Amino acid sequence: MKLRKLLVPVAVAVAGALALTGCGKTGSPTGGGAPSADVTVPVATNVKVDGSKTFQAMTSRGKVIIGVKEDQPNLGYKDPTTGKYSGFDIYIANAIAAKLGFGPDKIQYQPIPSANREQALTNGQVDYYVGTYTINDKRKKQVSFAGPYYVAGQDLLVRADDTSITGPETIKGKVVCSVTGSTPIQNIKEHKDKYGAETREFEKYSQCVDALLNKQVDAVTTDDAILKGYAAQQPGKLKVIGKPFSKEPYGVGIALSDSALRGKINDILDGLEKDGSWKKIYDATLGKSGTTAEPPALERY
Amino acid sequence: MHSLADLFAPIVDQWPLYLQSFWVTIQLFLISGVASLIWGTALAGMRVSPIPVLRAFGTGYVNILRNTPLTLVFFFVAFGFPYLEINFSFFAFALIALSAYTSAFICEAVRAGLNSVPPGQAEAARAVGLTFFQTLNLVLLPQAFRAVVPPVSSLLIALLKNTTIAAGFSVAEAGTIRSNLSELGYAAFPVLLWVVIGFLILVLPLSALQRWFERRWRVA
Repeated sequence: MKLRKLLVPVAVAVAGALALTGCGKTGSPTGGGAPSADVTVPVATNVKVDGSKTFQAMTSRGKVIIGVKEDQPNLGYKDPTTGKYSGFDIYIANAIAAKLGFGPDKIQYQPIPSANREQALTNGQVDYYVGTYTINDKRKKQVSFAGPYYVAGQDLLVRADDTSITGPETIKGKVVCSVTGSTPIQNIKEHKDKYGAETREFEKYSQCVDALLNKQVDAVTTDDAILKGYAAQQPGKLKVIGKPFSKEPYGVGIALSDSALRGKINDILDGLEKDGSWKKIYDATLGKSGTTAEPPALERY
Repeated sequence: MHSLADLFAPIVDQWPLYLQSFWVTIQLFLISGVASLIWGTALAGMRVSPIPVLRAFGTGYVNILRNTPLTLVFFFVAFGFPYLEINFSFFAFALIALSAYTSAFICEAVRAGLNSVPPGQAEAARAVGLTFFQTLNLVLLPQAFRAVVPPVSSLLIALLKNTTIAAGFSVAEAGTIRSNLSELGYAAFPVLLWVVIGFLILVLPLSALQRWFERRWRVA
């Protein structure tokens, strides 16, 4: 008994290290396997994007490199056993690639963490980026955005049996967790008088979700899209409160100077929303958390 | 690409964040530095002691901690301890992880210093009737410390940089500045430039201190 108890931290440490190095992922069922037939869109032929350097690079390379997240279940997720990517952002990225003339076999995903996105786009390490990328004015100075293709908002994820937290006004004295330095945690910390919650900051959302299930924290806060992904992954154990208290319009990140590609991707997103592909993609991923959503209006600037 | 204003923007707009974060870094460094020096020296004493159990413990400790990645040590402490119902603040967890890890290296540096003292010194000390602890404290360690100033300084500088790992474990030190500011839309390069300058400002006094000790303890 004693020995077993002692072994737990060792197992936790090893599992944690593996998660950090990306070698494996503990206790996470896969966030949906290969895209089902109804979320793929037909590959376009003879696509032209005049004046786009990025598009030129893609065609001469014969491959599109898409920046994504790989640790957000049902949103941007890489299955550690099969190596397959899935989720709402991934399928949106795939659909854009298809409309640009690149089939699934011509896509290379490049996982890029949030803090490195601007640099990766500026350096041309990725052609475009789809991964919970909030459009804001400061970022618009460094990169350009097509979209928004989704409007998320800061929300709270709690244990399914927790009735004490019903919204941001009920987190006084509770422990709230998010990723180190993220906008949602800065928001809670800056308005301490308003929220009155204690904060914990870890490297990854999955660590916060583990801490939530272990009752080390009472809530995880970030964009509802990310939280819905975790709720869809662990139905019956976790729930999203559903009262978003900020507006985070997600855009497709593109190199700053490439307005031709921005226009093209805006057209593509418009098409996806009109022909019902957007809705199918949502229902197959984030919709599994039991929520519905409408595509937002595009902001062409 | 970057204008001069862009380069200075992070430090000008956000200097309270820089000050606050570096202050936590300094606290982590000073407390775990002192703890590592004390515990590391004690471990070195164990490794050269005549008592087999202590020697075995010292060897085991050093080999485990020195060969485990620091992030893993952090994981063990920050997420493992709560399973054993040992709950401290994450700041305290960071101090434990950093000291436990660094002292293994300090131990080996001090042991190397002890080995550099001619064996005749220890034999003479024994001959005049000093006990093991008196031999260690009065004769061997003072001479050993003199020899290990440069390697121990390097270890302390490494410790200072290692404090940034605490960023992933809910401690808001200098390692978190970048994630905070990139969320606010600052470009990565200027933000990190000022973190580098911050670390240089902290390391330079350490180097000066090293030179001071070397001069003070020089054998004429």
